[in-house]
Amino acid sequence: MANKQTSAAQVVAQIKDGMTIGIGGWGPRRKPMALVRELLRSPVKDLTVVSYGGADVGMLCAAGKVKKLIFAFVSLDFIPLEPYFRQARQSGAIEVMEIDEGMMLLGLKAAAMRSPFIPTRVGLGTDVLKRNPQLKLIDSPYDDKQWVAMPALPLDVSLIHVDRADARGVCQIKGPDVYMDEFYARAAKQCFVSCDELVDSSFFENPEEARYVLWERAQTTGVVHQPGGAHPTSCAPLYGFDVKHFKTYAASAKEAGGWEQYAAQYVHCSEAQYLELVGGLEAVHKLPLPVF
Amino acid sequence: MSEISLVDRIICAASAAWKDDGEILATGIGIVPRLAASLCMLTHNRDLMMTDSEAWLMQEPVPVGPRGDYVMKRESWMGFARIFDNVWSGKRHAMVGPTQIDKFGQANISMIGADYQKPKSMMLGVRGFPGNSIHHANSFFVPNHSTKVFVGGEVDMVASAGYNPARLAKGWDLSDIDIRWVLTNLAILDFGGPQHQMQVRSLHPGVSLEQVQEATGFELHVPANIAVTPDPSTEQLAILAKLDPHNLRATALG
Repeated sequence: MANKQTSAAQVVAQIKDGMTIGIGGWGPRRKPMALVRELLRSPVKDLTVVSYGGADVGMLCAAGKVKKLIFAFVSLDFIPLEPYFRQARQSGAIEVMEIDEGMMLLGLKAAAMRSPFIPTRVGLGTDVLKRNPQLKLIDSPYDDKQWVAMPALPLDVSLIHVDRADARGVCQIKGPDVYMDEFYARAAKQCFVSCDELVDSSFFENPEEARYVLWERAQTTGVVHQPGGAHPTSCAPLYGFDVKHFKTYAASAKEAGGWEQYAAQYVHCSEAQYLELVGGLEAVHKLPLPVF
Repeated sequence: MSEISLVDRIICAASAAWKDDGEILATGIGIVPRLAASLCMLTHNRDLMMTDSEAWLMQEPVPVGPRGDYVMKRESWMGFARIFDNVWSGKRHAMVGPTQIDKFGQANISMIGADYQKPKSMMLGVRGFPGNSIHHANSFFVPNHSTKVFVGGEVDMVASAGYNPARLAKGWDLSDIDIRWVLTNLAILDFGGPQHQMQVRSLHPGVSLEQVQEATGFELHVPANIAVTPDPSTEQLAILAKLDPHNLRATALG
């Protein structure tokens, strides 16, 4: 029986220069930040990143890891504009494929279905088509219209944070929203998951718990037990996002050498040291859930 | 009676935007659109559906800001993935706040500048605007009506499709686009002029037509009759006070 437990370092060792990486979550919510931090510590470069972006994208841009970004938005919600993503765009440092939020879901679904594209009307009449000449219009065999053929977005690796998982890769997300994580898991050759809680497989015997499992364990390559692993993003209902930390992060972007200072403090340390720096796991668990 | 604030006037007028929409999802992004949709659901159109702005559909709109002991009345799960299912069904009317709007009703929240590879100002990205604009009705709220928002030519990045015949794909026509109202701090407008030209529906009290035209980077159609944006009713104001108990809307116009 497969034991998929692994470490963040072993996960990042699977990620090679030039790979396409999908990152689950949404903006400041349930991002696999411990895995992202481990990626920031590595020499890996020239990544193509697919994300409903937040600080994951901002940090990877700031650290020069991103060659190309496939995105619909990058935002911290309560801080609408992600500062390091803005810097990367405004300095022309990254290539982009800017698409609609729903198109990104269709691209992941197509990859998950092993289909080259999914037809949609999304993108018609907009500069999404003009800025992405690789997005083709096709004639429908069933009507007289042209449709956008949203291409599959296959991922080499996806990184996802979940509430809990067992060592076999059964993953549970119990927060109010599951975002598009299921399709990040399904679109990737290898899907690595960090979890706040590692549980025994017997936990899922209860149908009330099993209902919150969104993909089969065959889609999970590895499981990293990393309590607080989404910090500073939220992992509702376990903890909210860390407003104070995000403010510190965003403020650093206004300083010369701000990223280097932020990274020296919060990235180039061990994950245990990181948790200590942000007040410890207990403090993380006390972060209030956001009110929308 | 105390003077009616401009933001209350706009919210109450905007609440009529969903009046005849029947049973669809009303989405208001930002406090003014959200309160307008909430007010509509409690007055003009009780069949509207709304979310808690997170992951649930609600039986009644959720007040904005800290909710105290208010108990939310959920009716179903509605995570972001299901929002796309709803968008693609067409059963939605969103009111959103673009950074730029042009004479076609094309709208932008992505980036500002002439060089797409190196924007002068990077904003959010196109978000869900492309999908929204080709699937369902959309209205716009602009807190600061100016030529910076209502630009001449086309917006810098067309995130939201408009009434632009040059951008139609084969088999599609302008009736596939449904842009409803544009509410600003000066007036209420729509795209009901000749060939979908933008026109003034009503002016807020004390605002002149010249003022609106001057703050708009393209020519507006002037219909024969232009109303004054109506006063809110006492009932509307009372409901609004419950929906926004902390008066968060007070600073919405900047």
